Amino acid sequence: MRISEKFGELKDKKEGALIAYVCAGDGDTVGIVHSLVRGGADIVELGLPFSDPVADGPTIQASIQRALDAGMNPDTYFDMVKGLGVNVPLVVMTYYNLIFKRGLERFVTDCRDSEITGIIVPDLPPEESGELAGYCEQHDVDLIFLVAPTTKGDRLEDILKRGTGFLYLVSRLGVTGARADIALSTKEVLDRVKTDKPRAVGFGISSGEQAAEVVKSGADGVIVGSAFVDIIASGQDITQRLEELAREIKSSLG
Amino acid sequence: MTITKKGKFGRFGGQFVPEVLMPALEELEEGYERFKNDPGFKQELDYYLQDFAGRPSPLYHARRLSKKYGLKVYLKREDLVHGGAHKLNNTLGQALLAKYMGKHRLIAETGAGQHGTATAMAGANLGLATEVYMGAKDTQRQRMNVYRMELMGTKVIPVTSGSQTLKDAINEALRDWVSNVEDTHYLIGSVVGPHPYPTIVRDFQSVIGNEVRSQIVEKEGRLPDSIIACTGGGSNAMGIFHPFVHDTDVKLFAVEAGGSGLKCTDKAALHSASLSVGEEGVLHGARTRILQDPYGQILESHSISAGLDYSGVGPELAYLAETGRIIAKNADDDEALAAFHELSRMEGIIPALESSHALAYLAKAADSGDLGEIVVINVSGRGDKDLETVLEKGAPL
Repeated sequence: MRISEKFGELKDKKEGALIAYVCAGDGDTVGIVHSLVRGGADIVELGLPFSDPVADGPTIQASIQRALDAGMNPDTYFDMVKGLGVNVPLVVMTYYNLIFKRGLERFVTDCRDSEITGIIVPDLPPEESGELAGYCEQHDVDLIFLVAPTTKGDRLEDILKRGTGFLYLVSRLGVTGARADIALSTKEVLDRVKTDKPRAVGFGISSGEQAAEVVKSGADGVIVGSAFVDIIASGQDITQRLEELAREIKSSLG
Repeated sequence: MTITKKGKFGRFGGQFVPEVLMPALEELEEGYERFKNDPGFKQELDYYLQDFAGRPSPLYHARRLSKKYGLKVYLKREDLVHGGAHKLNNTLGQALLAKYMGKHRLIAETGAGQHGTATAMAGANLGLATEVYMGAKDTQRQRMNVYRMELMGTKVIPVTSGSQTLKDAINEALRDWVSNVEDTHYLIGSVVGPHPYPTIVRDFQSVIGNEVRSQIVEKEGRLPDSIIACTGGGSNAMGIFHPFVHDTDVKLFAVEAGGSGLKCTDKAALHSASLSVGEEGVLHGARTRILQDPYGQILESHSISAGLDYSGVGPELAYLAETGRIIAKNADDDEALAAFHELSRMEGIIPALESSHALAYLAKAADSGDLGEIVVINVSGRGDKDLETVLEKGAPL
């Protein structure tokens, strides 16, 4: 399923999107993804672990390390995703070297063949993205760009033009990870980023209350990662608690 | 010479970093372009390089070594620079630039602690708050360097993520910079990272090669036949090579750490020879040659010398090696140790284990005729910091 269809569907229902991130290979990924979808996740962002994840905070770094230790690699990743059988758009998040090493076109066609319809690469700014964007366009895969609190002026215009799928608005300076206070910077970034494309806010959102606030401020969706990963890390009642948290957040987005 | 707007050396280099850092890189590039030819900035930097760092460093004719190898061997004495290595050339330049740009805080990564120490010196001297990320394993291996930094008012932050070594310290420094980009300058210690760092660090280190040029012309009336420098990230190599890149009669040898053999296990390389046997990839913001597994996961590297122990190499070196302008070679741990002992005994100079790799290549290649008659070797640092490592290895071979 394409990301734009999903956002269109949610817009008709007047719901905000819950985009759930987990890292593939950390725990029973198939079971984890299904419980997130049962809980109401509209899009699943499935991390492909890289050894040197510079944009990630301690929670997701640890998850990535567990996944690598468990043997996750791009071959296994695409095989697993092919058999997932969930009816929501899937997005891969990974770092550029894994894409580069596999070959840009091969990576994109692997995505297409495993029904991944979007790619997020946190260390690939628009300047360097031309070649990958070309393959994405050719094979109908969205290339999703991040907009940072420091992105302004011409850069912002450029990213708004290039981005497909949705725009990933980073709510604050820093790396991924749950935070108590996100309201002010989120409002600021939403005010600045004017576009017709869907805008999803990420970095720091961990509860239904926060998610509701973000959507009330005008976002089309929220991206939640570390809060789910914390549950996986705990090892306790994982699938049940993931489903509950997804449901709590999703129900606040109506 | 091959810079385009995006900081490319051929197809190498570029800017592969989180979006949040891109404006900071633009600001740094603008600041550097603005101040690098500013007479006030240049005068102030020259003053610090001379009166604080102790430049120019001598170009020393190593008579006994020359006699042994049947060549005229000159040593560029970066070991005599304040702090005991070439690192201060770059940290003074960048710290001063940060100050001119209105930044109040410096962060840096360090492996063995040499770059961290040089950053601490510059930070203390220029009155900038300084924090250094260092792999937790390295903080234990290099306790004295941690203490040296702390003496100069720097906060040393042990990094416990990943392999707990240099590459993880860089990751953590990048994460800090992402969070504090508005008032902080990230002072990268080598010719690596996203544009404009490889250019900035090369330019600040080029003082080495510029001095060599006038010193050798004064002593010999001509340029050398070859220049040898050790190469990890490659800052001392680019520093001494850069002013000679267009003098194609001068051979430039980049000597990497061959470690305990040019092989890899699943998780780690037994060496640090990214130029010699690495593959193309993207690490720490730049497209270059790196040590990676078949999927693109970064491999840990190995060398007896912490300063060469890095999984990547500067993108300009990758470019120059590919075009054939520089020649990548390597020396293994044992060869470096032998050269360490040889220089200590024959010339009364204890070289850093990093520099010992360059010296080892002299021993390996002297008979081949490849080096010509006049050879300059960059003694990038002194070896006092390495005594414990050498002691553990036992008597000279």
